[in-house]
Amino acid sequence: MSKKVVVLGEAREGALRNVSFEAIAAAKKISGGGEVVGVLLGDAVQSLAEEMIHYGADRVVTVEHPHLKLYTSDAFSQAFMAVYEQEKPEAIVFGHTALGKDLSPKIASKLASGLISDVTAIEGEGDAAVFIRPIFSGKAFEKVKNKDGLLFITVRPNNIAPLEHDAGRTGGVAALAVDVTNLRTIISEVIRKSTEGVDLSEAKVVVAGGRGVKSAEGFEPLQELATLLGGAIGASRGACDADYCDYSLQIGQTGKVVTPDLYIAAGISGAIQHMAGMSNSKVIVAINKDSEANIFKVADYGIVGDLFEVIPMMIEEIKKIKTN
Amino acid sequence: MNIYVLVKRTFDTEEKITVSNGKISEDGAEFIINPYDEYAIEEAIQVRDANDGEVTVITIGGEDAEKQLRTALAMGADKAVLIDTEDDLDEMDEFTSAKIIAEYLKDKEVDLILAGNVAIDGGSGQVGPRVAELLGINYVTTITNLEINGTSVKIIRDVEGDSETIETSLPLLVTAQQGLNEPRYPSLPGIMKAKKKPLEKLELDDLDLEEDDVEAKTQTIEIYLPPQKAAGRILEGEVANQVIELVNLLKNEAKVI
Repeated sequence: MSKKVVVLGEAREGALRNVSFEAIAAAKKISGGGEVVGVLLGDAVQSLAEEMIHYGADRVVTVEHPHLKLYTSDAFSQAFMAVYEQEKPEAIVFGHTALGKDLSPKIASKLASGLISDVTAIEGEGDAAVFIRPIFSGKAFEKVKNKDGLLFITVRPNNIAPLEHDAGRTGGVAALAVDVTNLRTIISEVIRKSTEGVDLSEAKVVVAGGRGVKSAEGFEPLQELATLLGGAIGASRGACDADYCDYSLQIGQTGKVVTPDLYIAAGISGAIQHMAGMSNSKVIVAINKDSEANIFKVADYGIVGDLFEVIPMMIEEIKKIKTN
Repeated sequence: MNIYVLVKRTFDTEEKITVSNGKISEDGAEFIINPYDEYAIEEAIQVRDANDGEVTVITIGGEDAEKQLRTALAMGADKAVLIDTEDDLDEMDEFTSAKIIAEYLKDKEVDLILAGNVAIDGGSGQVGPRVAELLGINYVTTITNLEINGTSVKIIRDVEGDSETIETSLPLLVTAQQGLNEPRYPSLPGIMKAKKKPLEKLELDDLDLEEDDVEAKTQTIEIYLPPQKAAGRILEGEVANQVIELVNLLKNEAKVI
């Protein structure tokens, strides 16, 4: 049976996030030929609707309201539930982002539905779809299916390939008026700390430092390399505990789990907790002075050497190939 | 102030995971309080000490989870509740857990509920917000700072590395992010005292719940380990040449730059 699937799109700094396009691809797969409806909630999101259609949504419903400028679970759940009531979908897909993680359990609870979080792959299509998700931070995986009733999933960024962008695709865009009221939270301040606008969990390239980085200043060459590759910096718990960087950069079983295309581990020994957070990256490079370091066991390429020597050389070399 | 903390017993982060008969093998494994729940317990104790009141830790699980509850009591929690589902339920999901916990809490006077933002085993982070929704109270996830003044609450939360300052009020559920505090170790007198603190054991019957009421909405059909990665290449030679080779491999073989 084909399913009508609703996908929540998410914008960051005025543009849709990649994970939204990946969520559309997931929605297509579970729709089994049914309709895929994009949803955009915000204070000014109308202009982003076309892009969802270009990536595979059949049509888009937008809700615009001043209270939706910044995310709060109260405001977004009211707006989303209004769309749900109008559309009555058989399945819902969110990105497994800060917003998706915060909002999806509330919606699932309102709808008394299951919720399969943090999906990294989908096997089969339509009703036969089975969802793969990491457990124990990627030390193992489970295959989960929805028993019956509404299917609700969140998809991890960077894992499900988006559909090809097609600027010729067209579809309807309709605004839904929702009175967003009774908010219990006020966001009084937002401090942007994330580096260069690239979110760690969504970055295609992650350059991570460990105790071997030795100081907060030691992260500077790593940041330069990350910026050059359009990536983000991360860290091991050792580096965070030593106050070289903020805990928000920590990768591991506590901290973030990342699966970039390229993970460069510099001065990281490779404790089991750290490896759980990054070993499913597509390509791993390890740079460490200690040839016995555990990190070399999961690395595709390893250089035994001093990161303060190797990283600047890498920066020079990459600059060379970029200018050629 | 009535403070509740939702805790989960999990594998020690040092443990390697093995699968036997389609299930995660627990043979010889060490168990701990989910690390994010430890932040929640610590914060609950600090809030109680500043405002008076009582901290109750709640878990769902089997008999074995008593050990983690005793640890929480030894840290300084006042009471513990173990909702033992071992005999009643074969399958549970986040819907199940949230429903059971909310059923226990629904007729309690609740000012503040704390939980970890995610459990390091299942990793879905759903139960906290689901419980809040079932109780009809507000929630804030991934918090790194909590200030309570009467019933008004000021929170700093981590949002993908950015930080948001939030103003809200009690009753409230919050989930703890790393950086919220430094969880204390149980002291020896704390461990001695914990043995005498009340630990209530309940089953679904005691909560007037039928198995059907909490039947899981999702089903795990297979658990497996990721394929072992083949050993990688350690480059050799002069460091400068290794770097040239590495960049070349990343560009032409791995095609990631």
